[in-house]
Amino acid sequence: MIADDDEKWLAAAMTAVKQNAFYMQRAIDSNNLKDALKFSAQMLSELRTSKLSPHKYYELYMRVFNELGTLEIFFKEETGRGCSIAELYELVQHAGNILPRLYLLCTIGSVYIKSKDVTTTDILKDLVEMCRAVQHPLRGLFLRSYLAQVTRDKLPSIVSELEGDGDAQMNALEFVLQNFTEMNKLWVRMQHQGSSREKEKREKERNELRDLVGKNLHVLSQLEGVDLGIYRDTVLPRILEQVVNCKDELAQCYLMDCIIQVFPDDFHLQTLDVLLGACPQLQPSVDIKTVLSGLMERLSNYAASSVEALPNFLQVEAFSKFNYAIGKVVEAQVDLPAAGSVTLYLFLLKFTLHVYSDRLDYVDQVLGSCVTQLSATGKLCDDKAAKQIVAFLSAPLEKYNNVVTILKLTNFPRVMEYLDHETNKAMAIIIVQSVLKNNTHISTADEVDAFFELAKGLIKDFDGAIDNEIDEEDFQEEQNFVARLVHNLYNDDPEEMSKIIFTVRKHILTGGPKRLPLTIPALVFSALKLIRRLRGGDENPFGDDSSATPKRILQLLSETVEALSDVSAPDLALRLYLQCAQAANDCELETVTYEFFTKAYLLYEEEISDSKAQITALRLIIGTLQRMRVFNVENRDILTHKATGYSARLLRKPDQCRAVYECAHLFWADECENLKDGERVVLCLKRAQRIADAVQKMTNASRGTSSTGSVALYVELLNKYLYFLEKGNTKVTGDTIKSLAELIRSETKKVESGAESFINSTLRYIEFQRQQDGGMSEKYEKIKMEWFE
Amino acid sequence: MVLVLALGDLHVPHRAADLPPKFKSMLVPGKIQHIICTGNLCIKEIHDYLKTICPDLHIVRGEFDEDARYPENKTLTIGQFKLGLCHGHQVIPWGDLDSLAMLQRQLGVDILVTGHTHQFTAYKHEGGVVINPGSATGAYSSINQDVNPSFVLMDIDGFRAVVYVYELIDGEVKVDKIEFKKPPTSNSAP
Repeated sequence: MIADDDEKWLAAAMTAVKQNAFYMQRAIDSNNLKDALKFSAQMLSELRTSKLSPHKYYELYMRVFNELGTLEIFFKEETGRGCSIAELYELVQHAGNILPRLYLLCTIGSVYIKSKDVTTTDILKDLVEMCRAVQHPLRGLFLRSYLAQVTRDKLPSIVSELEGDGDAQMNALEFVLQNFTEMNKLWVRMQHQGSSREKEKREKERNELRDLVGKNLHVLSQLEGVDLGIYRDTVLPRILEQVVNCKDELAQCYLMDCIIQVFPDDFHLQTLDVLLGACPQLQPSVDIKTVLSGLMERLSNYAASSVEALPNFLQVEAFSKFNYAIGKVVEAQVDLPAAGSVTLYLFLLKFTLHVYSDRLDYVDQVLGSCVTQLSATGKLCDDKAAKQIVAFLSAPLEKYNNVVTILKLTNFPRVMEYLDHETNKAMAIIIVQSVLKNNTHISTADEVDAFFELAKGLIKDFDGAIDNEIDEEDFQEEQNFVARLVHNLYNDDPEEMSKIIFTVRKHILTGGPKRLPLTIPALVFSALKLIRRLRGGDENPFGDDSSATPKRILQLLSETVEALSDVSAPDLALRLYLQCAQAANDCELETVTYEFFTKAYLLYEEEISDSKAQITALRLIIGTLQRMRVFNVENRDILTHKATGYSARLLRKPDQCRAVYECAHLFWADECENLKDGERVVLCLKRAQRIADAVQKMTNASRGTSSTGSVALYVELLNKYLYFLEKGNTKVTGDTIKSLAELIRSETKKVESGAESFINSTLRYIEFQRQQDGGMSEKYEKIKMEWFE
Repeated sequence: MVLVLALGDLHVPHRAADLPPKFKSMLVPGKIQHIICTGNLCIKEIHDYLKTICPDLHIVRGEFDEDARYPENKTLTIGQFKLGLCHGHQVIPWGDLDSLAMLQRQLGVDILVTGHTHQFTAYKHEGGVVINPGSATGAYSSINQDVNPSFVLMDIDGFRAVVYVYELIDGEVKVDKIEFKKPPTSNSAP
């Protein structure tokens, strides 16, 4: 209803304006000054209305403004025809109402600003004073806005022309300042019009008008002659005086922001204490954060874009001023929520990182201020604050991209103390990912220690709080991050590297049963790499006490892998023991190697009961043992005997057969003459063959089942015999091979074995070898025989 | 022209954090038709990463692989070649060429791709070709003292296979090339 009325009134007013403008134009065309004034006054009367909302009033005003443009041109022509300002003023007094009269006076005054018969300063002074007559907020604002608009273009040139005349400059300045002050007062007064129910509506309307007020500041910033001195001594104090005294939240918010945006950054830097000093004087409801953050952001960008300005920052001690100001704000606003104060410190931190990136002490100070603040509020329990703290801590990480730098910030871990477990872990993940993403290397044990302290949310469970809700995959992915970064903890110096290993181990072992299987392997291999390096070096120059010997480290590893068997990861533990055994073998530490084998074997016997797992584990044992050179005869025999024993006791016979013939390799080391025991090789193969025979019997008995079993095994055995034949094992006789070949042939005649292609490729191989020159064909002569399909 | 990427023994995260950046930038999705992987990735993240390079991923089980469902060995045909894939810890003695030859005869394949030793090899013997792409991350090996990151790219065209090996030595990627031809009337592998 009201909106409709608004439209109606506006339409009616527009019509009246249009009409009067038409007559005014006609009067102008016929040089009729008197009539022109009459109709223009009538037109301007429409602006006396109280019925329109600010938005609609603005529309009306713009319409009128356009028409006044033609009037202004007409006045200019009239002065050319000899009409003086005094005469025009006189004529205008006849306009009935004050508002139209003032609009006309402003128009005339602006035309005469540059004339010689009246001084500029007098005109400006008069105009700005005259407008006081209109105290209605909306009408007054627009009137003064008109005054500002119509004089704006002319001000700069006034100032420059009157360069020698300091007073004149100041008066132009004074004009704008006064207009601004009065406009702000009117604007603020709008807040108190009408009922309290309509407060929101009024604020909305005020917001629509705010640029009218702000424009004045813009004009001030454009004025020539407003240098730093004048800004500091006159302009800023006057503006701030009005801002503080008006005690209006809306105005203060907007105008502070306006000042920051409109005046040069260099000015702000030099008047920092004045600006910041105004902040505590503002209304408590003003969101200081926005003001301060706006200022800090602008200055950060300034620092980023002009390197020459950086010394100025130091000179004016920008950092300490901001630090102090923020401290004051936080102190004053007692019920500021934790999220709010952290946000403030976040802005300060970003500012510091931008402007003073090499001053870690400043960065640390900001962190320290935050800690002090947090200690007052205690451990955080709301999401918003937690999010802000994560952003706060992430800022230096992102800036430096180097965790090692972060480790130098003493207050960083202190801030983390205030996070709840979940957020602490999230932060730990961010830190760890920073290392991985930037491929940061951490090279001293102390730094590694500090790093793991920071990341402890990821490394272990907090007392009593086991996170049961976590997704299994996510958990593994997180621990894989930890495992990965172990490879970034490195130092060329073996002594320091050894210390690093000890430190990493210390932290990882606090991880608990779910974490150890995922993190221990990385530690083990990192240590094995170190051992290899130590081995490659000179004789141990460190003496007995040092920790950087292969033996010492292997001892450590033995204990570490043991922790795995406590948490039901026997397969992994077995593999790691065998890796350690190989390293010990390479270091020629017989006893240590034997120890590792013992542990592996015990695991096999006691913990590994799944058949498939046994087969693989046994293969690994045999493969590893086959490569050992450090053992004396006795030790070797014991271990070999056990291995063959395990092989013969696998569940399924075909698996037994295979494992046993693999054991044959345990008696033959190609490069080592005294590790070639031809007889025991053959014994092994024969034993395997007996098992294959048993498979054959079972197959025959049950008829329907797959018969690839035994024949394939025989062919494999045949290949193994050929292998040892070629290696020069004299105990491999032609007869043995021939009878095996016979067996295969007769079996294949009976039934489809499925091993045909294997047989064919073996036969082809035999033929090929027989064709070879020298020793090979001699060996193959032994087994010359007839084959037919 | 069919491009086959052969790689393995990455050992992430136990022995290495990730593939070398220079390798990663070379392995662009969409250029490769098949991936054959000798195993020991060891984690799902690497499996997923390989899948983004090429969805046709063939993989066999290494002794440290997290996923127990990978097979012990695998055969497949590309062009005129029959390929066999096996990690190699199952073949004793480890790295022994004659024992590997036996496996090749057993599987009946022209090209046997195997790993475990972290040492690049490509050699021709009576029964065909054995290729070991080495370790793509240069991971620690108890068998091989001096490991450089390496992988293999095979260009298979009918009866011809060109094997490119990429090795990262002192920060530079070095390439070498070996060519194999399979005789059309060869009686190796029906």
